[in-house]
Amino acid sequence: MAENKLIVSSSPHLRGKDSTPKIMWNVVLALLPAWAFGIYFYGPRALWLTLIAVVAAIATEAAIQAIRKVPVTVFDGSAVITGILLAFNVPPGVPWWLVVVGSVIGIGIGKQAFGGLGYNPLNPALVGRAFVMASWPVAMTTKWIAPRGGSLSGAVGLDAVTSATPLTVLKLSRSKILDPESAEQAVQEARQAVELVYNAWPNMFFGKIGGCIGEVSAVAILIGGLYLLIRGFADWRTPLSYIGGVALFGWIFGGVEGVFTGHVLFQIFAGGLFLGAFFMATDMVTTPVTKKGRWIFGIGCAILTVFIRRWGGYPEGVSYSILLMNIFTPIIDRHTKPRIFGTSRKKKGGNG
Amino acid sequence: MANLLVIAIGAILINNFVLSRFLGLCPFVGVSKKTETAIGMGMAVIFVMTLASAVTWVIWTYFLSPGTSNIFWIIANALGSDTPAAAFDLRYLETIAFILVIASLVQFVELVLQKTSPALYEALGIFLPLITTNCAILGVAELNTMSLGYSFLEALVHGIAAGLGFTLALLMMSGIREKLEFAPVPKLMKGLPIAFIISGLMSMAFLGFSGLKF
Repeated sequence: MAENKLIVSSSPHLRGKDSTPKIMWNVVLALLPAWAFGIYFYGPRALWLTLIAVVAAIATEAAIQAIRKVPVTVFDGSAVITGILLAFNVPPGVPWWLVVVGSVIGIGIGKQAFGGLGYNPLNPALVGRAFVMASWPVAMTTKWIAPRGGSLSGAVGLDAVTSATPLTVLKLSRSKILDPESAEQAVQEARQAVELVYNAWPNMFFGKIGGCIGEVSAVAILIGGLYLLIRGFADWRTPLSYIGGVALFGWIFGGVEGVFTGHVLFQIFAGGLFLGAFFMATDMVTTPVTKKGRWIFGIGCAILTVFIRRWGGYPEGVSYSILLMNIFTPIIDRHTKPRIFGTSRKKKGGNG
Repeated sequence: MANLLVIAIGAILINNFVLSRFLGLCPFVGVSKKTETAIGMGMAVIFVMTLASAVTWVIWTYFLSPGTSNIFWIIANALGSDTPAAAFDLRYLETIAFILVIASLVQFVELVLQKTSPALYEALGIFLPLITTNCAILGVAELNTMSLGYSFLEALVHGIAAGLGFTLALLMMSGIREKLEFAPVPKLMKGLPIAFIISGLMSMAFLGFSGLKF
């Protein structure tokens, strides 16, 4: 009889093979090259700091889910990613309890308070990072470790003058050059320092610079990021518009002498741009779902990043700009929703 | 001109009234459930803040603060009194004078609007009387005069920008809260607690703007 062969069900009728754990563990896999480079350049600290952060994230998630008596889903890999990304966003010299606090806040306040995976408006790892940044700003901006066989700023012969990461060198030098009251010699020295860090961009690309654990090497992130793009677990639009935008706006506004003097390769390889663009701006939960929305998200992140790098109080703006664009995500989604076929173009959706 | 731009960016991003001065939290949490109402509230706040900035600046400069521009001194002087200008110090009346004037002025403007421009009156709706006695409004008036000592134009720009910053925060908040409507938020977190957690997280994100220098 026919009724045995007809199955009545609601949409969706086609299902992909991807599941949450599969995607999440693939992201973890894609983060491994960056972790390996971090451990190579900063030593075993990078290994155990990351492990502590991951354990703290898993423990927090499991504890909260057990207390709430909901299914414990710590093995779907999402808490692992939060832990890894949090550790990747702190300087390698911070005390171990700092990453524990970051993980607990990130998972507890940033994710579980909203009902768990899929409902958090902001990226949990970035929430944790913003919290520890606000609480221990000195540790978060000074506990850098010189990479194996290299110097903190990546440039040779500069650490005698300063012990800062490349973006900090750029920021300090710029304020010296632009200040009309600084002495001629100070301006010359600042120009020289900028020249040295600009020329050191290959070190940034490979990772022989000071920085956070996971952002040390652009090439390692690129390997993992391309893997995600090829497997289709991340959308190419976001990293392309983000990195492209930073290249463009960084060239226009990022220089030290005025507009259109920025060093494009320096701007894109410095700091945490690659880590942010490939792994945090592509988070499925906290970024727009529409294609147009992803372009807007990436370009918005780029503008905010360059804005904070150039005028802000911090040398780097990647994590704050992604957080800020996370806040904008519902608005972007709302205004980039594709028109439903057959509905009028002019009428604005009342419940939109 | 550049100065005005710095004041505007400062009031919108660095010292956002909600997210870093923590003023006006009551309408921020109360009216941010839906984007439509958030827009209405935002418009009302911009309107009242601009109006309040202008009026309170005049009251402050010509009625309350001591000096030769104090109206009372000018009158007394014209009548032949020789009391020094510094004695006409009514600054202790700031709070009560500002609240009274802002509230009655907004009520008056509302009446005029109702008669002359019903469409605008409808758009601002219930939000106009709601916002009138809010701490954010009093805050912008106080900052303009007592704390920062702005000129009239600066005070006006600061008022508009503070309203814009409030609207921006309100819009972002309502977007997130609409999205969270169907989220399985834990029972003890539902409603106000989660609203305050979102505000806190947004405030942390806005820390990225701290220390902006131009």
